[in-house]
Amino acid sequence: MTLFFEQTLNGLQFGVMLFLMAAGLTLIFGIMGIINLAHGSIYMVGAYAGTLVITETGSFLLGVPAALAVAAITGIVMEVAVIRRLYRRDHLDQVLATFAIILILNQAITIFFGRQPLFAPMPDAFSGSVELLPGLFYPVYRLVIILVGLAVAAGLYILINRTRIGMLVRAGSTNRDMVRALGVDIRMLYTVVFALGALLAGLAGLMAGPVLAVQVGMGEQILITTFVVVVIGGVGSIKGAFYASLIIGVVDTLLRAYLPGLLRQFMVGSEADALGAGISSMGIYLLMALVLLARPKGLFVADS
Amino acid sequence: MSLIRFAAASAIALAAASAAQANEPVKIGMITTLSGPAGYLGQDIRDGFQLAIDAEGGTLGGVPVTVMVEDDALKPGNGRQIADRFLNNDGVKLFTGIVFSNVAGATVPDIVDNGAIYVSPNAAPSNFAGKECHENYFVVSWQNDSLHESAGQNASNLSYSNAFVLAPNYQAGKDAIAGFKRFFKGEIVGEVYTRLDQTDFAAEMAQIRDAKPDVVFQFHPGGLGISFLRQYQQAGLLETVPMVVAEPSMDGVILNAVGDAAIGINVSSHWNADFDNPANKQFVAAWNKAYDRPITYYASQGYDTALAIASALRATGGNLHELDAFREALRKADFQSVRGDFAFGPNQHPVQDWYALKVVAGEDGKPVLKTGEKILDDHSDAYVAECSL
Repeated sequence: MTLFFEQTLNGLQFGVMLFLMAAGLTLIFGIMGIINLAHGSIYMVGAYAGTLVITETGSFLLGVPAALAVAAITGIVMEVAVIRRLYRRDHLDQVLATFAIILILNQAITIFFGRQPLFAPMPDAFSGSVELLPGLFYPVYRLVIILVGLAVAAGLYILINRTRIGMLVRAGSTNRDMVRALGVDIRMLYTVVFALGALLAGLAGLMAGPVLAVQVGMGEQILITTFVVVVIGGVGSIKGAFYASLIIGVVDTLLRAYLPGLLRQFMVGSEADALGAGISSMGIYLLMALVLLARPKGLFVADS
Repeated sequence: MSLIRFAAASAIALAAASAAQANEPVKIGMITTLSGPAGYLGQDIRDGFQLAIDAEGGTLGGVPVTVMVEDDALKPGNGRQIADRFLNNDGVKLFTGIVFSNVAGATVPDIVDNGAIYVSPNAAPSNFAGKECHENYFVVSWQNDSLHESAGQNASNLSYSNAFVLAPNYQAGKDAIAGFKRFFKGEIVGEVYTRLDQTDFAAEMAQIRDAKPDVVFQFHPGGLGISFLRQYQQAGLLETVPMVVAEPSMDGVILNAVGDAAIGINVSSHWNADFDNPANKQFVAAWNKAYDRPITYYASQGYDTALAIASALRATGGNLHELDAFREALRKADFQSVRGDFAFGPNQHPVQDWYALKVVAGEDGKPVLKTGEKILDDHSDAYVAECSL
């Protein structure tokens, strides 16, 4: 039972990391109509910036603003220089252009940092583990990730539902032309939304630093799962992204943890392990297919 | 590049003047993984290979060569396309470079069936070592299983009685677990296949803790290995469950990234930077002079591959039109490997020694891999009998 609880926590932790990525992606996709493949690259840039500052200064606290600022600035530059030209183009052009950004940023990182993965040191305050239940020791850092993710979700909820910017964002995702007709500077709004999405991706990258390897191409690994989250949650819906991230995180983790064991009841050990691994890596895509069958627009359609 | 061209050009000029046989430089097609998280693997193979060419002043075995490097980005389809282009447009007859077994699986058959030679500096999946062995296919590194057979033997020697094993769900991962099991005499209490693109291993850590094994064996090359080890440490497992791995899960770069946390881990390998033979000393010195980054066994394999190719080029004068003679010369393995003893077995895979290494604190405080006793002597692989060469 403690093992199940621990695996659920692991799933939640994976889920909130996905949420930080998906929140930005779904906003950008839903409000601006842009398929931003380079969102993962911003995650990578944030991770590198954070790791660089943390290893140079030895202070995790300094790494936080560095990662967030660099990610947000990268986002703004990307929006102003490239994305702005793509709003009226079709999705194929957007995919091509943002794919090009992936290649450029990956190569730039390779030139500056080399191909060897980096590793951000764990902040001392969070390096131990705590006993949550008798016999269940859970790393503090992963608990911190969960808490930060939930706090960001709450903050976004307030921002979107209780502030003027949030109102414009919601309006923009429902009817772009009407918002523009009412005299709102939609260009500015787009830049702000893009920067916010980039900031969240940078935060995810920063927090991933001490757990995962900081390496070229790390963004592409998480990007596909993030798109699955966005589709399941409903394009443009932060609420949908939140629930979908947690569902995907928990489902993926539990499938990985328990499916081989279940299959071993019916078949030989090593075959069950291999088949279980295969099916569990398909799991989230099957889930996506099922959700789309039942609700073609995702679980939560934006502001319906 | 221009230096190499210049060296090659002068070598041609010399050859033409002395022996009046102006050879075109021999083209060597190197298909390797240079981008993405595993990019450093291919980079080290490429640079190790280049070191051997530079050491000769731009030739291999006295024959001018042009190395054409292309990145497969760890995609089997890319590898195959590059091979087709090299074969059909550039007339390349000699290939090397592939890092990953899934890329090799899609690319190598195309190369060897079209009358070109492939010399592997790394990946060597089990199917190509047994029934599907080919006279044009040579492996300088190891057969995938052997790498992990050494780890299995190491775990047995250290008298662990049960093990939890993990590897990514692809050909080399399956070969790894098969190899480990073949030489581990204890019981397997858990067997988990991870994903090749996985970054978070929290679920696996919980399973390991729950199974309480004597020892953990894992195969996670490149960036995967760094994530795995750090998370293993963060989960508090490093103090409680010892780990036995083969070299790919603890190469120089991973060691550098993981740092002190790695001290005490048992590794097994066919090469280590501290091997005491003249060829290795020369190689390590040349590497440290040329590159400001940790030396890896990938680099040593790239270097050895170049030496092996050099031996055959020297014996045949760079003539790749008579493949029989070239294969014959290559099979002799007439070169000083940086790992010491080296020979090709009947399936043209290596017969070599395997050693136990341990991660210890080095003189400057940084952890290093220290070579211990020999685990396996003149070891070949489990599939050699199935090969009809």
